Amino acid sequence: MTTLLEPIGKKTPPERSATSPARYAAGRTARYAMLLLVVIVVLIPVYVLFVTSFKGAGDASPARAWALPTTWTLENWQTAWTTLAPAIGRSLQMVIPSTIISAFLGSLNGFVLARWRFKGADIVFTLILFGMFIPYQAVMIPLNQLVLNLGIPNGIPSLILLHVVYGIPITTLIFRNYYTTVPAELIEAARVDGAGMLRTYWNVLLPISVPSFVVVLIWQFTNAWNDFLFAVFFSSSQNGPVTVALNNLANGALLQNYGVSMAGALLASFPTLLVYIILGKYFVGGLMSGSVKG
Amino acid sequence: MRKKLRRVGPPLLLLAPSLLLLGVFVYGLIAANFQMSFTDNHTAAQATGQAPAAAVWFDNYTALLATDAFQHSLLNLLLFTAVFLAGTMAMGFGWAWLLEKPVKGEGYFRSIYLFPMAVSFVASGVVWRWLLNSNQDEQASGLNRLFQIIGLDFLQNNWWNNVTFGIIAIAIPAIWQLSGYVMALFLAGFRGIPDELREAARMDGATELQLYRHVLFPQLSPVALSALIIIGHMSLKSFDLIMSISKPANYQTKVPAVDMYVFKSSFDYANAAAVGAILLVIVAAVIIPYLIHTHREEKR
Repeated sequence: MTTLLEPIGKKTPPERSATSPARYAAGRTARYAMLLLVVIVVLIPVYVLFVTSFKGAGDASPARAWALPTTWTLENWQTAWTTLAPAIGRSLQMVIPSTIISAFLGSLNGFVLARWRFKGADIVFTLILFGMFIPYQAVMIPLNQLVLNLGIPNGIPSLILLHVVYGIPITTLIFRNYYTTVPAELIEAARVDGAGMLRTYWNVLLPISVPSFVVVLIWQFTNAWNDFLFAVFFSSSQNGPVTVALNNLANGALLQNYGVSMAGALLASFPTLLVYIILGKYFVGGLMSGSVKG
Repeated sequence: MRKKLRRVGPPLLLLAPSLLLLGVFVYGLIAANFQMSFTDNHTAAQATGQAPAAAVWFDNYTALLATDAFQHSLLNLLLFTAVFLAGTMAMGFGWAWLLEKPVKGEGYFRSIYLFPMAVSFVASGVVWRWLLNSNQDEQASGLNRLFQIIGLDFLQNNWWNNVTFGIIAIAIPAIWQLSGYVMALFLAGFRGIPDELREAARMDGATELQLYRHVLFPQLSPVALSALIIIGHMSLKSFDLIMSISKPANYQTKVPAVDMYVFKSSFDYANAAAVGAILLVIVAAVIIPYLIHTHREEKR
């Protein structure tokens, strides 16, 4: 599992090339050309989303599918916003608490499994990890019954619980891998000073856990925000998160109006993209500092 | 005994909330799901407990596996997984290889390649559904229209509407979405190889090809294994993308995860549970050996 999320390390120094400078330059140009080609291919769907979201109904002809809008209009965005805004709010209500709680539980588990070990800790860890790989379809039917029996309302409350529970394996993995890189002397010193388990965690481990928390927050936020499987089983269009609302919008009465669904798709992606853009640097930084390396 | 308890007790106490939750929500529910799959609980009345259900053991499984429709789902799953895995591994490796040597603006390239990962399958499904529109010639939009514009008309096809190979069209957006992640894994793998190894190989007169074959590939194989496992298990669970591009009722693109949803929606809980259990068995057959393997590696 050590290579599950490896750090993106330092650049290797420029290598000495045995080939002639001219051939080297040609090779470099070819490399940049290929890199740019990949950028274009990756961004094609973004172009389509963006352009179509500003097109009026008159632009709908297939022949103009790839063209820019004849007149740019915000109509699609307004429709998409009125339809999706409540669901975006519900998604935030769901994602923030579930991310924080599962991160905290993962950090506690990671601490114990990496630095306050007991006999059989590795087996316990493997059993926890398995929860990350199970197809949730294999628990969905009884899960439905259990959540009902626990009396947790359908919609956001039950989705919070599920994202916390099924987030534990990955957050535990990330924190455990990070804590194994913490020098043993640090823990020993705290122990010699008479600190118990909780004190050691609180005073020694927690203050240096920021990189891991960032990685876990990004991971969990994106996962919970983008989840559709639990959302579709445990909520309705009236009380569901944004993925459910967007799916309904895209398949609903406005079926043929691609402009509205594409504006909606962009709207629904903004929060994760924002997290990614703002924290992305720290994400890579966190990866580099070994927070997820075993 | 008491000393042992004092050593094991506190750490276990700290783990207790998580262990309890996972014990119930993973292991307990897996057991409950198997139990449900062994019953004849096929109607709404039974699902809500108004009519009795009896144990039929493996009847649901044998019946399911005998139907053409479910065999089609399994075949689709196999095709999808093969193309998805091959595509992400090839793209991911290629992109990492391009970025591995010093490149100006590496950070920008990396971010752009990675960004599709931040988008939900439901959102990307909206645009891919349009891109993979099956209309051709006069009516063509999406990729079919793009092929016309660049003069590659013969590439036009009906994408996911093809009954036999339609599922492969759905693998394209999946590859688009996850290649960047595989790239990041491979890039980290490349960066983890000590420079001395390359230098030593070059000193010994290894050609570029030999360098890759005998030095870099062996070093990258753990990364490749992780990527295969992660993409593979995601592929087996694929649901969102298919739901948002085609529809659950579409025979062409159905996979077991979609069948499970359809059974559940029609209150056929026993069959839904059986499909879930079949998926679990397939995933476990891949994951359990892998977990045991990594567990042993770490012990060493």
